[in-house]
Amino acid sequence: MSTVNIPSPNGQPKIGVYVCHCGINIAGRVDVKETVAFAKTLPNVTVATEYKFMCSDPGQEMIQKDLRDGKIDRVVVASCSPLMHEPTFRRAMIAADANPFLFQMANIREHVSWVTLDKNAATEKAKALIAAAVKRIVLHRPLEKTRVPVTSDVLVVGGGIAGIHAALTLAEAGRKVYLVEKEPTIGGHMAKFDKTFPTLDCSACILTPKMSAVRAHPNIILWTYSEVAEVEGFVGNFKVKVKRKPRYIKEDLCVGCYECVEACVFKKGITKDEFNVGLSKRRPIYIPFPQATPLVAVIDPETCVQIKRNKCKKPCVDACERDAIDFDQKVEIKEIDVGAIILATGFKTFDASRISRYGYGKYPNIYTSLEVERMVNAAGPTGGEVHLQNGEKPKTVGIVHCVGSRDSKTNAYCSRVCCMYSLKLAHLIKERTEAEVYNFYIDMRTPGKGYEEFYEKLLKENVHFIRGRVAEISDWATIPEEEGKLVIRAEDTLIGAVRRIPVDMVVLSVGMEPHENVDEVRRLFNVSCSHEGWFLERHPKLAPVSTFTDGVFLAGACQGPKDIPDSVAQAGAAAAEALALIDRGYVELEPNTAYLQEEFCSGCKTCLGLCPYGAISFNDEKNISSVNGALCKGCGTCVAACPSGALQQNLFTDEQILHEIEGVISYV
Amino acid sequence: MSYIYYPGCSLKSTGRAYEDSLLAVFEALDIPLQELEDWNCCGATAYMSISELKAFALSARNFALAERQNGENDFAEMVVPCAACYLGLNKAHRYLAEHPELRETIDRALEAGGLKYNDKIHVRHPLDVLINDLTPDKITGLVKRPLEGLKVACYYGCQLVRPYSDFDDQHDPQTMDKIVKMLGGEVVNWPLKTRCCGGSLTGIVQDVGLRLSYILLAEARKRGCDLIVTACPLCQFNLECYQSRISGIYGHKIKIPVIYFTQLMGHAFGLSDEMLGLKRVFVSPARAFSKAEGGQHVHG
Repeated sequence: MSTVNIPSPNGQPKIGVYVCHCGINIAGRVDVKETVAFAKTLPNVTVATEYKFMCSDPGQEMIQKDLRDGKIDRVVVASCSPLMHEPTFRRAMIAADANPFLFQMANIREHVSWVTLDKNAATEKAKALIAAAVKRIVLHRPLEKTRVPVTSDVLVVGGGIAGIHAALTLAEAGRKVYLVEKEPTIGGHMAKFDKTFPTLDCSACILTPKMSAVRAHPNIILWTYSEVAEVEGFVGNFKVKVKRKPRYIKEDLCVGCYECVEACVFKKGITKDEFNVGLSKRRPIYIPFPQATPLVAVIDPETCVQIKRNKCKKPCVDACERDAIDFDQKVEIKEIDVGAIILATGFKTFDASRISRYGYGKYPNIYTSLEVERMVNAAGPTGGEVHLQNGEKPKTVGIVHCVGSRDSKTNAYCSRVCCMYSLKLAHLIKERTEAEVYNFYIDMRTPGKGYEEFYEKLLKENVHFIRGRVAEISDWATIPEEEGKLVIRAEDTLIGAVRRIPVDMVVLSVGMEPHENVDEVRRLFNVSCSHEGWFLERHPKLAPVSTFTDGVFLAGACQGPKDIPDSVAQAGAAAAEALALIDRGYVELEPNTAYLQEEFCSGCKTCLGLCPYGAISFNDEKNISSVNGALCKGCGTCVAACPSGALQQNLFTDEQILHEIEGVISYV
Repeated sequence: MSYIYYPGCSLKSTGRAYEDSLLAVFEALDIPLQELEDWNCCGATAYMSISELKAFALSARNFALAERQNGENDFAEMVVPCAACYLGLNKAHRYLAEHPELRETIDRALEAGGLKYNDKIHVRHPLDVLINDLTPDKITGLVKRPLEGLKVACYYGCQLVRPYSDFDDQHDPQTMDKIVKMLGGEVVNWPLKTRCCGGSLTGIVQDVGLRLSYILLAEARKRGCDLIVTACPLCQFNLECYQSRISGIYGHKIKIPVIYFTQLMGHAFGLSDEMLGLKRVFVSPARAFSKAEGGQHVHG
């Protein structure tokens, strides 16, 4: 360690530059000694030194000692991204009675050592970034953070198992929760499943008590058939508009007696039943399923004759003893204030027709796994019977794993749940039909509590396992045994031969994909997505339920493929994070707010319409703008737009930015 | 839009019927095809397996010529009917765009010949042009002899859709199916539409090549096809010309007309057998056609 003191004239800033090795993360690429020697030559630098881990206690103490000894009054740390350790060093400065905003980080890890193999280039860029930070920090002024109180209500978006669990956890903790679901009922995908792996307990039996608990909980306001339309504000103080679509039924009057459904002029279903994923049809007025929550009918405006053409005898109205039907219902916008938001918007299943080789939609008796879930469900369209389109029970069934997963042509990732649900479906199909069941898999992925044991159980049940990705499914028969069958062709990689297995029925185990409206949701809540479209967590290991937008948390499969146990665990974590935020009662805001230099303002009003937070008003008396620092979020929009440069932003003044650029350029 | 027609060797020899019918059909559709002047081998023959560089250089010369012939127009739309040429040129097109070192060598070779290639080429198959550049009514409007009741198997072979699938599904292509339906024909579900015809094996390891052809023909027969249409000169040759030998080997009489999709289009448009090269066939489609017409002859 080497420390030098350069005597500086009174009133001059005294800058300390601390270069971190980060083990070999930085020192493996950047020549730290050379970088420190360079820093010593920069104007106003009174201390320049290096240390293995600046973020460690001894590292922080070095800075604190130099501050206390009066050697320095400003600090530049050249280390990792400010996202990692800016709070650490700011805390260290506060502990040494220094203002934490007389501090600047030069990111020489994520921006330098991790993105090149060239040591020389790394060292040169590190020097340039340090020069920029040193040049900039001269202009830093002491600033104070402001505290803003937090609204204690929480919005949960999505009423699948993740949203349900998060909402209940928060409600149990005494918080008021708004649960918004776009479908007419909560329950999500889990409500459609028959049994759950590996315990084979009935999905509805474990889910519906939680659904009713949501309905009954005094702290939960449940809005189904509703979507979030607008989100404004910031952590602790979000203003949200929720659009409630008209269901043409008064929710407070309907008791779900089905009288209206029975009375409908259509005596049979006429359109695809969403809940049964198209395996059956429903009427224009319907209740999705008997345990729907809320148990309230809904009228589909696309198919209802009265709504479409204003021409119906309206027998549903006559049938309803409680006068709950209301054809005049309109879209309703609810405005709410919440402190935190949990996104639990779920997933969609892969569209099997995208893989033409598998013949989905072309040959009869090829089903997706979700369709078979409905088929094996006792409350489903076949009453739990597994049968072919001709009504007979299948004697042989093929289950094709990884449909739309682990393939760069569709989705490169593993959907994580398909191996296990394929095993479950194999068990249920065998139980219902006594058919021979063939599983075609690439690898069996059963990492979970009791999962491998479940696989063992299936092996003992004499389910067949063929290791190899299925090449093709067709009705091309080459021997009499294949006539009239679906022939599955796959390379059996364990015996090293191509096999043709004739079956009566095929189950395509479709993977999980982000929702088609993910882009809309992403923009609405200002969260990022991975390139596949899954919502991006703040840190893959250490902040798995946070997002880059403070106060917005993630739960369930919207963040990536997940099974039920993992979704529930994550929902609990998201609820806990939201509680931690709310129960603190306040949030600290960065002082990076805009301020007006009144003498330069010409009163052009350019800034007025631009502020998304309503923080700028106009002072008619002085004929100039005025910034409310408590409302300003530091987005910088007005500052960039101000034609006279009268608006400036703390931590990002024009001068500071220009100095920083000069620092880089002067070095280069 | 004008198109530059690249025939390749087959369409001037074994595949003459393909050229005759293609030109006749495109003329009927009022799509001008201008043959590429001074064209050379596409590079898809033995070149590719012996020296890729030479194969790509051959393709690149064709591109440079097409650009020159195209003049000031933006992109040269190169219409390539032969499946092997289509794949060869398509591959060269991609490699030249994606591999700068190869490109440099090729540019030098072209320069020595006073040519330059500027990436202003689209390699197009006639099926792509017919489906994507025309509105369906242009084709249906010309149908004078609808193919009612004619059961057709559409055979695409491998090279049109693999490894690249620029205009159709790799495993269940549909463009030819759509055209047959526009002509009033019935497309038979025949899952072997992209399975190997035997390719050059019929000339090298004949028993294997013929077996592959036999599989396709037998399945088409089993599914009641009256006719197979194809878009590849080698596929057409393999499937049609060996039928009597295949019948002998497998003791299973097979006689199915195998014609180019352009011949079928021309027939439906009412063009004469001579114009469509239908006099050159080994297995005559006359019976199949008369089944479609149900006796009523519309055109001579």
